[in-house]
Amino acid sequence: MSIDGQPTTGPDAAGTPAATSAPAPRRAVIVGGNRIPFARSGGAYAKSSNQDMLTAALDGLIARFGLQDERIGEVGAGAVLKHSRDFNLTREAVLGSALSPETPAYDLQQACATGLETVVGLSNKIKLGQIDSAIAGGVDSASDAPVVVSEGLREVILDLNRAKTLPQRLQILSRLRPKDLAPLAPGTAEPRTGLSMGEHQALTTAQWKISREAQDEVALNSHRNLAAAYEAGFFDDLLTPYRGLARDGNLRPDTSLEKLATLKPVFGRNLGADATMTAGNSTPLTDGASTVLLSSEEWADARDLPKLAAVVDAEAAAVDFVHGKDGLLMAPVFAVPRLLSRHGLTLDDFDFIEIHEAFAATVLSMLAAWEDEEFGRTRLGLPGAFGKIDRSKLNVNGSSLAAGHPFAATGGRIVASLAKTLHEKASTEGRPVRGLVSVCAAGGLGVAAILESL
Amino acid sequence: MTDKYAQLVNQGLGRNVARKLGLPQPAVLRRYEPGQPLIAGPILVQGGTAGADSLAAELLSWDLDVRRHAVPREKLGAIILVLDEVAEPGDLGKPILAAAASLRDLAPGGRVMTVSRPASDAPSPAAAAARQGVDGFLRSLAKELRGGATGNGILLARDVNTTSPSALAAVRFFLSGRSAFVDGQFVTVSTTAGELSADPETPLAGRVAVVTGAARGIGAAIARTLHRDGATLVLVDIPAAGDQLAAVANEVRGTALQLDISRGDAGQRMLEHAAQRHGRLDIMVHNAGITRDKLLANMDEGRWNSVININIAAQLRINEALLASEHFRSSPRIVSVASTSGIAGNRGQTNYAASKGGVMGMVRAAAPLLAGQGGSINAVAPGFIETEMTARIPFALREMGRRLNSLQQGGQPSDVAETIAFLASDAAGGINGEVLRVCGQNLVGA
Repeated sequence: MSIDGQPTTGPDAAGTPAATSAPAPRRAVIVGGNRIPFARSGGAYAKSSNQDMLTAALDGLIARFGLQDERIGEVGAGAVLKHSRDFNLTREAVLGSALSPETPAYDLQQACATGLETVVGLSNKIKLGQIDSAIAGGVDSASDAPVVVSEGLREVILDLNRAKTLPQRLQILSRLRPKDLAPLAPGTAEPRTGLSMGEHQALTTAQWKISREAQDEVALNSHRNLAAAYEAGFFDDLLTPYRGLARDGNLRPDTSLEKLATLKPVFGRNLGADATMTAGNSTPLTDGASTVLLSSEEWADARDLPKLAAVVDAEAAAVDFVHGKDGLLMAPVFAVPRLLSRHGLTLDDFDFIEIHEAFAATVLSMLAAWEDEEFGRTRLGLPGAFGKIDRSKLNVNGSSLAAGHPFAATGGRIVASLAKTLHEKASTEGRPVRGLVSVCAAGGLGVAAILESL
Repeated sequence: MTDKYAQLVNQGLGRNVARKLGLPQPAVLRRYEPGQPLIAGPILVQGGTAGADSLAAELLSWDLDVRRHAVPREKLGAIILVLDEVAEPGDLGKPILAAAASLRDLAPGGRVMTVSRPASDAPSPAAAAARQGVDGFLRSLAKELRGGATGNGILLARDVNTTSPSALAAVRFFLSGRSAFVDGQFVTVSTTAGELSADPETPLAGRVAVVTGAARGIGAAIARTLHRDGATLVLVDIPAAGDQLAAVANEVRGTALQLDISRGDAGQRMLEHAAQRHGRLDIMVHNAGITRDKLLANMDEGRWNSVININIAAQLRINEALLASEHFRSSPRIVSVASTSGIAGNRGQTNYAASKGGVMGMVRAAAPLLAGQGGSINAVAPGFIETEMTARIPFALREMGRRLNSLQQGGQPSDVAETIAFLASDAAGGINGEVLRVCGQNLVGA
């Protein structure tokens, strides 16, 4: 077991092979974060591009930590819904920010796990000594989504480009059919199943018999916790307003179980009376961006910057949802036990647990699977159930149901907020505090990470 | 926020029309830019005292062109009237009339300055009369000056002489374009404290400053000016103004601290931030303020209390935290933004004027506390300043506000900022408990 940020190889470290001559990896720490408030799609940021929002989130981070003209080791960020012209989205955002233009950057895409994966990848570079500082981030706009031309029109345009004579061009143009002119909106359906994420979750929800009431309660807690965090000033140093929005546009501080109960199901309607997933207990389409400042301890110390928490370790998993073996969003159910096993930890060893609320039912399905004896034995290879989460540790400052979920920006939101929560708790209690992050993603993906207070 | 009228009457046709019709002709003020000479043209130091001699010698050592006697028809940059030894009203005439002969040679943007002693500690009624006479004289003369020229006075307390650090700092400030919109004012140098900056271009180098309300308007101008003068900045504004705050912070290479100053722990939070990032806090600029205007008959508790709370109660709380902190010990400076409304009163602003009057009371009473720590606390009282706030005043009222001062125009946010930077400088350490107006000698008020 480890609380010092250096992972051991598992519960039984005795059989570890002799260390190589490479120096022990150093810590990667979270200095802080900044995001813009998340806006409902078509709302305050309807006219903002991914690049606008990512640049704004970066500039707020730079202002908070005085990073003007700083050459950061590397900036990694990404977007799930991305225009082809944004092939260098992150680098362009860096060039538009107050950072040194000599700051390298790269784009990364792992569906909704993009934001968390940038944290993981950049932390690893810091641990290996390849870089001393990094900014991880993510951005998404459901409002400014790319609209694509049809495959027929695309082929005609490309062929026209290659044609040399007028008759050739006319011949190519004659292939065009009216239906080719209709633009294609970006699909959120899984390419291999044709089902939307919500319909996939509806299957999982039914499988684990998650009730409507339980889902609405998760949604209510999310709104209440997020509203309370705003009232307490928790986000004063995590968020910078943008385009007139100072709080997440989706937040409904005055919602109630009664109000949530009035909403009609929107997913799994083919289940009839068993349909439970509503707009209230599902995340809305959202626009927003987030960033996290990571560094080595030396880098932070040299600049008198805070060190909130260490990025200890992470694990990615994937499930075979195509053949229905597991639910689309259930990969973290496997990632977390594998990650914890590597460190000899159980769920009880965590003070705070952040499970991304793609849908309230996603969280509840995961908890149900972990509490299930048979699932633990047959699927996780454990003697029994993986464990039960003390709900008072779960998403204590609200999560995606209340804040909204701009796909790639969610990881950064969670990591920065959790790091601050860990640091505050460790300061008041005078002991190290541990946190777990879990993010599910399209394609049957999931990423989990462990953070520890400093 | 641009003064279209002033632009108009500073161009060919507009200038002629305004002159013929006897309309106000606001001059384009000489404002400071780095690298600019302190003053364009020679300085006439008038007065035969030892104080006059030593001041003239000091100015010569700054490589300035100094005259002890007027050269006929030579354009002058400034006239300094040293009246530090007047013992009775009859002593005023000779030096003042000698200076009068040179007034027509004062260049546009020129300066007239008196250096005298406060009446309050005069040894006799006659001396007090002479000293107070300087006050009336200077304020009247300032109203006679044209072409963007200003007149201001420096009062030297008993142990202070004309070359004490803060006396020289005040002379430098009034000579320079930094004081463009300060007119008809007196500043008292009460002690010999203060240290002249090695490099007058960066008088705040190495100093850590917090500016509240820094997201826009005067606060943003203060941030820019303190940055230009070399300070390291922590900029504070309410979380809802965080985006503008971040933009200003990135511009001036400072850090943004989103914080509601009316929170009980605001002072602590600022100190923690400044101490963690920069090791200490040297300069506190209380600029954040709000208006909630209503005639008193229509005033409600919310409007009254929020203005009192943010404009003065928060400052008192923050100062208390600062004075208790070991991180606020290195020649600390507090500069608060008051308002001429707090001096002269303003219809519809009973709450605001009460809060700004409060700021001035606080500054005077806290001066000994700061002096005990080798520091100072002062206030700046802006008059009509061209900001987003004054741009919302109805046209006719706004025009009146603009023209009703000796310079016949509104000031710029940078004018307020320059005065704050001066009071925050090491050199101004001998100036404590003062309220300096930046109002172009507004015709209302003291």
